[in-house]
Amino acid sequence: MPETPFRQSPSQTVGPFFGYALPYEGGAEVASPWHPSAIRFHGTVFDGAGHGIPDAVIEIWGADAAGGIIAERGSFARDGHVVTGFGRAAVDRDGHYSFTTIKPGPTRTDAAPYLLVTVFARGLMYHLFTRAYFDDEPDRNDRDRLLGDVDPARRSTLIAQADGEASYRFDIRLQGDGETVFLDFDAETDG
Amino acid sequence: MSTDQPPVLTQETISAEISAIHEAYRERADATRRPLPVHPPRDFLPYRSSALRHPTHELVRADPEEIELASPAFGHTDVAAEESDLTIQHSGEPLGERIIVTGRVLDGEGRPVRNQLVEIWQANASGRYVHKRDQHPAPLDPNFTGVGRLITGDDGSYRLTTIKPGAYPWKNHRNAWRPAHIHFSFFGSAFTQRLVTQMYFPGDPLFGLDPIYQSIVDPAARARLVAAYDHDVSEPEWAIGYRWDVVLTGPRSTWMEPEDADHA
Repeated sequence: MPETPFRQSPSQTVGPFFGYALPYEGGAEVASPWHPSAIRFHGTVFDGAGHGIPDAVIEIWGADAAGGIIAERGSFARDGHVVTGFGRAAVDRDGHYSFTTIKPGPTRTDAAPYLLVTVFARGLMYHLFTRAYFDDEPDRNDRDRLLGDVDPARRSTLIAQADGEASYRFDIRLQGDGETVFLDFDAETDG
Repeated sequence: MSTDQPPVLTQETISAEISAIHEAYRERADATRRPLPVHPPRDFLPYRSSALRHPTHELVRADPEEIELASPAFGHTDVAAEESDLTIQHSGEPLGERIIVTGRVLDGEGRPVRNQLVEIWQANASGRYVHKRDQHPAPLDPNFTGVGRLITGDDGSYRLTTIKPGAYPWKNHRNAWRPAHIHFSFFGSAFTQRLVTQMYFPGDPLFGLDPIYQSIVDPAARARLVAAYDHDVSEPEWAIGYRWDVVLTGPRSTWMEPEDADHA
């Protein structure tokens, strides 16, 4: 394997004390609750013992409703109107997180819409990526390449479930029964 | 936390576990002729909190799609220039050793990561975090919060002014102390380049004992998290200077990206 001159900097855990630093006002409001297409996107982060963990922080990043990549600034200074596509929320004491956002459109004609979800936590050395697809898109989900590649027994862990009007639930299980499918986009450099 | 939990988990036990894991990774790397992994294994038991928080299935390899190959746009609407100076956030001067930390954020091909968000947080000079769950009996500093943000320059550079954090005790095992460190969060031009890590200070005697630092099994990769003292960064009668460059993921995830995708 050729040596590259620029060797990656390794990851370290976000630790327990990010709560006064990473979450920010409006971080979970990717779209205002009064946005006509606003959805609630929420869930609980569980550890291998089935307990909600109190010290995780979740980031979501998604396309606009037409599947376009959003280039609007202002994720840290929400103006109440612009949807930037990026949000960050710390979980509460029970491990629950909740965003207000919009449901993204598919970025490709042959793919299903999803939110990219990133998990950081105390005890987690290196963040985890997953995708949250939507259970009310069965036709698109059936054609999606990643969903097709995943072990069918674990496929449902990638699909947010509609649990109310304009509300989707996406629980994240770090370990054990129903363990969420986590994704490696960078296998070559990951060792 | 109760103090009646037998048996006491000692540094010796933790250190022996770390050595055994490092040895196992070295042997596997030699046998397979593959390099040691850059990132820490997620199931690094000497850091006890990882035990129930690492996936047991292998990650599923996925080709990054448009969303993963883009990143949120951050800019000066999001971050004010003074947020890169952690010593001017209150009415008085914080206590401790004033330092400047500067460097460049690069991708795996050495290209600057331009106009992207960097976030930092840290303990104060006494090793105390402004966090309600931090019970370390060291003083808070009313003039130091320990949170900063900045946007990288066109050459990927960043520069921040802060106070050198103190070592920090934690309860992983008896007499566990974290080496002094600053937490950093980076965004690249692709979301796959996202990185949260910690920067350390040269020559810290706690390096060999710390299960978080030692969770990186490759010694060369560990060394990349240690800043270098740089006399050209130090400012006379003002601050001690450190230089720390950061490299986000390798070329694979950025390869297909158009050169001008991110710096609008």
